[in-house]
Amino acid sequence: MNHVSETICLAIGTFLALLGAAYAHDSLFAAHMWVLFFVLLISTTVMLRRVSFAPNGAVGKASPQSEYFDEVVKYGTIATVFWGVVGFLVGLVIALQLAFPGLNIEPWFNFGRMRPLHTSAVIFAFGGNALIATSFYVVQRTSRARLFGGDLAWFVFWGYQLFIVMAATGYLLGITQSREYAEPEWYVDLWLTVVWVAYLAVFLGTILKRKEPHIYVANWFYLGFIVTIAMLHVVNNLAVPASFLGVKSYSAFSGVQDALTQWWYGHNAVGFFLTAGFLGMMYYFIPKQVNRPVYSYRLSIIHFWALIFMYIWAGPHHLHYTALPDWAQTLGMVFSVMLWMPSWGGMINGLMTLSGAWDKIRTDPIVRMMVMAVAFYGMATFEGPMMSVKAVNSLSHYTDWTIGHVHSGALGWNGLITFGAVYYMVPKLWKRERLYSVRMVNWHFWLATLGIVVYAAVMWVAGVQQGLMWREYDNQGFLVYSFAETVAAMFPYYVLRAVGGGMYLAGALIMAFNITMTILGYQRKEASIGGSLTTPALQAAE
Amino acid sequence: MELYTAMRHFADSWGLLAMTLFFIGVLVFTLRPGAKAAADEAAQIPLKED
Repeated sequence: MNHVSETICLAIGTFLALLGAAYAHDSLFAAHMWVLFFVLLISTTVMLRRVSFAPNGAVGKASPQSEYFDEVVKYGTIATVFWGVVGFLVGLVIALQLAFPGLNIEPWFNFGRMRPLHTSAVIFAFGGNALIATSFYVVQRTSRARLFGGDLAWFVFWGYQLFIVMAATGYLLGITQSREYAEPEWYVDLWLTVVWVAYLAVFLGTILKRKEPHIYVANWFYLGFIVTIAMLHVVNNLAVPASFLGVKSYSAFSGVQDALTQWWYGHNAVGFFLTAGFLGMMYYFIPKQVNRPVYSYRLSIIHFWALIFMYIWAGPHHLHYTALPDWAQTLGMVFSVMLWMPSWGGMINGLMTLSGAWDKIRTDPIVRMMVMAVAFYGMATFEGPMMSVKAVNSLSHYTDWTIGHVHSGALGWNGLITFGAVYYMVPKLWKRERLYSVRMVNWHFWLATLGIVVYAAVMWVAGVQQGLMWREYDNQGFLVYSFAETVAAMFPYYVLRAVGGGMYLAGALIMAFNITMTILGYQRKEASIGGSLTTPALQAAE
Repeated sequence: MELYTAMRHFADSWGLLAMTLFFIGVLVFTLRPGAKAAADEAAQIPLKED
């Protein structure tokens, strides 16, 4: 296929990046523009080599309009697995850096720069690619329509990868606006806005041209995620650049309003990126894998609206005992506690979808993975509201308990439901009879689950100990422990945390191998699991 | 500060009421007796074909 206009745009972009590097206001911007220049130069070269000089009519359309547009979903699935392994690996490295500070390699690979690299890699690169790929997969099948906008979906995919590369290299160079989970500077934020609007257009356009009269609930969750993230991203990143070709920008907000904006964004990134979007996955892939409709469709509708209405208010619970007005803190706490209801309603809805097919947990490791994901959704959404209660927060805040909580949600819920979706989609996308190995899925399941259990349990103990040490007074009113002593006490927990993370990474590596072999078309000769016939269990969704 | 005050008062009076009513409306509409058949049909959408 010819992509003349796309190639020209890339070439112009490459030239603009070169100009940006030449006229940069500061050296960091110049370095970042050099990165952009080389990325775009390689992309332009690749595109140029694909241009065909055959007459226009002979080029033709590669895929007819009637079929689903799955090529971009395939790329998205591979990107999900790739970024997952990268993100988990960086996580393991920074866990080891905390235990062994000598591993901080100045200046590019110290903890301060690697930590946002880890969070962005797992949330936005791994999770984001999983959301884009699965949303494109699900919306086509539940709307029974091809993706809207043709090559616009390709722009969303590659534009998003460019955002990831620019964000990641920026962190390592030391470019940050210091807003949690929104560290990229203004020019990268602007680029993401463009990509996100295109994503919304593709998704909404597909829904609008659907052949199915009803919009399936998974699409409601995906759409809620896309729209809310657009709003959060734009408001949180409102800033004035200090110079046109420089990295530095200043937030539109100041003081406690800035802090509240950040956590309004930060908590809703959890609520809408890591919850609503992944619930879209849950409401499609669990019914497909167990071949049963969702337990209660009406409960899923109420789940959606309750989640949308309550999550948006929960952010202030990140600012307990700060300069934030008391009423706002209490508001955040109350809404967080109320979130118990929709969260557990949704969890029960997901689990009960298996009623009548509970044996599949024993015989199908993919179902096992999805069920464990929903179980962790329930556990993390129980723990979160509990930690948002001010009295609990006074102990847990700023300690490693928070880190443990985040990871039980991220590794348990987001990770496992994504792995389940990937294992479900890959044989279908590449038209393979089954996965390369179902037993390897089982290995992945146990390594991941045990890794999370080790991680979360260790961080609970570490966090509670940390919190208690920080607040321990002697009978004369002096603090008993210096801060350095509380840091030193964490050493064994930090080592064990790295063990848990290492197990999780090992599981992901097994998945990467399994997926690669499946794509290449191999099938491992192996006994089926639990006395069941492996193939029907995998193909049950047909 | 005037704008802030006005918006603040709107948010915790009429805004709050409107959102609460909308939410209750959603609950009633979803749980109305006639909705069961439509919901059961919608739940089958992913299982229809691939």
